[in-house]
Amino acid sequence: MTVLDVRTVTKVYGQGAATVHALRGVSLSVARGEYLAIMGSSGSGKSTLMNILGCLDIPTAGQYLLDGVDVSRLNDRQLALVRNRRIGFVFQSFNLIPRTSAVANVELPLAYAGIKAGERRRRARNALDMVGLAKRGDHEPNQLSGGQQQRVAVARALVTEPALVLADEPTGNLDSRSTEDILGIFDDLHAAGRTILLITHEEDVAARASRLIRLVDGQIVTDVRQQRVPA
Amino acid sequence: MSAFEVLRFAVRGIGANKLRSSLTMLGILIGVAAVILLIAVGNGSARQVADRIEALGTKTLTVQGVGGSGVLTPALAEALDDPVLAPDVASVSPVTSTQATLTYQGTDHSVQQLVGSSPSYFAASNSPVGTGAAFTADDVAQGRPVVVIGRTVADELFPGVEAVGKEVTVNGALFTVIGVLDEKSSASGFMDANDVAIAPLTAVQQALTGYGPLNSIVVEARSPEKVTDAQSQVSLILSQRIPASTASNSQPYRIQNASQLLQTQTETADTFTTLLGAVAGISLLVGGIGITNIMLVTVTERTREIGIRKALGAPRRVILTQFLAEATMLSLLGGGLGVAAAFIGSNFTIVGVRPVIVPSSIALALCVSVAIGLFFGSVPAHRAAGLRPIDALRYE
Repeated sequence: MTVLDVRTVTKVYGQGAATVHALRGVSLSVARGEYLAIMGSSGSGKSTLMNILGCLDIPTAGQYLLDGVDVSRLNDRQLALVRNRRIGFVFQSFNLIPRTSAVANVELPLAYAGIKAGERRRRARNALDMVGLAKRGDHEPNQLSGGQQQRVAVARALVTEPALVLADEPTGNLDSRSTEDILGIFDDLHAAGRTILLITHEEDVAARASRLIRLVDGQIVTDVRQQRVPA
Repeated sequence: MSAFEVLRFAVRGIGANKLRSSLTMLGILIGVAAVILLIAVGNGSARQVADRIEALGTKTLTVQGVGGSGVLTPALAEALDDPVLAPDVASVSPVTSTQATLTYQGTDHSVQQLVGSSPSYFAASNSPVGTGAAFTADDVAQGRPVVVIGRTVADELFPGVEAVGKEVTVNGALFTVIGVLDEKSSASGFMDANDVAIAPLTAVQQALTGYGPLNSIVVEARSPEKVTDAQSQVSLILSQRIPASTASNSQPYRIQNASQLLQTQTETADTFTTLLGAVAGISLLVGGIGITNIMLVTVTERTREIGIRKALGAPRRVILTQFLAEATMLSLLGGGLGVAAAFIGSNFTIVGVRPVIVPSSIALALCVSVAIGLFFGSVPAHRAAGLRPIDALRYE
């Protein structure tokens, strides 16, 4: 069953002489439960692709279907709903809300989903427990290490139980131990049947995925299924 | 998301940066308090002036002789008290006044104003008798040497002793004190309104001033509204009685009207209030620019946060509502504290004036501050909420 269906998507930034073609006709189809890694050098368009997949940006041309729905037809409110319910996004730079406790950060998507405070707190604590930060719930982001912040961000992405987890270089700012923690969580999610898309620079991170895509200059050059290398 | 939830988010947003929030509130507080308080001071001083003039009596007219012409005589005063020609005149009091030294058992006191008049003078000049009694028309007719003294005179000559019934020497003549006036608020800064003595006209003329012309005639109208009518009636009678001077065409007398004085003073006070209001308005404007600045910085600085919230699935409306709620709370809280500060401040006397708060100034100051906070909070929030999440996230 197809979760993502991207059809000849292009993305152009700027105008005139400053025009940058970030994506030049990318087509991609991802089935439920796949663990997909996207690799490519800087400027190859992988982050642009990820932002379009996460409904944070819109393509210049082409179609993007999420669960069979054409995203370009959705209005602001419906898009907010899709971001909230279907997608969990993990950023390279964590993007936690400053001066707000870890548990409040994790609760945020649930609050926008309209879930009651008690239930919200319980689910947020569960999600933090899942990433091994049950005891750090009341810490603010600046009181946590980079690895811990990213785990909070992962908990925030998971708390709404989205079908699709998108991670834009989640381990790019982390040391090898924290990287291992995060990848371990993704392995568990994959085992639980979630669809995961992950951008990375590192071969050993990409090796954990079941499918590997390489982007060069806004186009897919290789798309291979591979044997996962266990941790 | 419920309204309560939005409010909680707003409170959290304000609490996340306490220093900036409190500085914003301080700006609004000062602006609001300044407007309310300055207008209250202006209003208070206007009241004060009005009260002082009202204490002089708004129903009275004073006829004064000009340049020692000596046209005012007791007979003329009697002529003014004419129910047919001057129906709006309630009473007429001929006045002769002089400076005199009162002596009691070796204590001297120089009275600024020793007034010789008729009993109606007490009502016309707004000086009721506190202890003892006023003299009567009979006392005037008989020229009895009795005197009613002001509070200051009583305190000077009879410290701690009852003044009524004592005999004092006025410039060598013996007078009996029959009453003490109620304490009066000082009408003007130069003269102590309580430093007076009032005696029957005939007794004063006999013992002190002689039977020359009167200093003035105090005419009391039936009501403050009738003052103008009474004035025209009085001037008509006067013009009939006093032949116009052949040497010059100027009138030998002048009529002063307390309500005219009141009007002029009120206009002056209004100008003063407007001036203070303008200064306060400028301070509110400056405060408003401060709020604007902080709101702009706050929202712009949080553009990235708005991006994160959008990425997590916050609809545009919820983000807008949160920022509007924050701005409203800040400006309402600051404005409320400003009103409280103004109320506290109005209990103190400021530059000799007791402020009287004008209710409409509270509403005005609050509304302006809230409107400024809302408008300049909502414009950048609106812009940020309208951005694509990725643009908001990349905002530096």
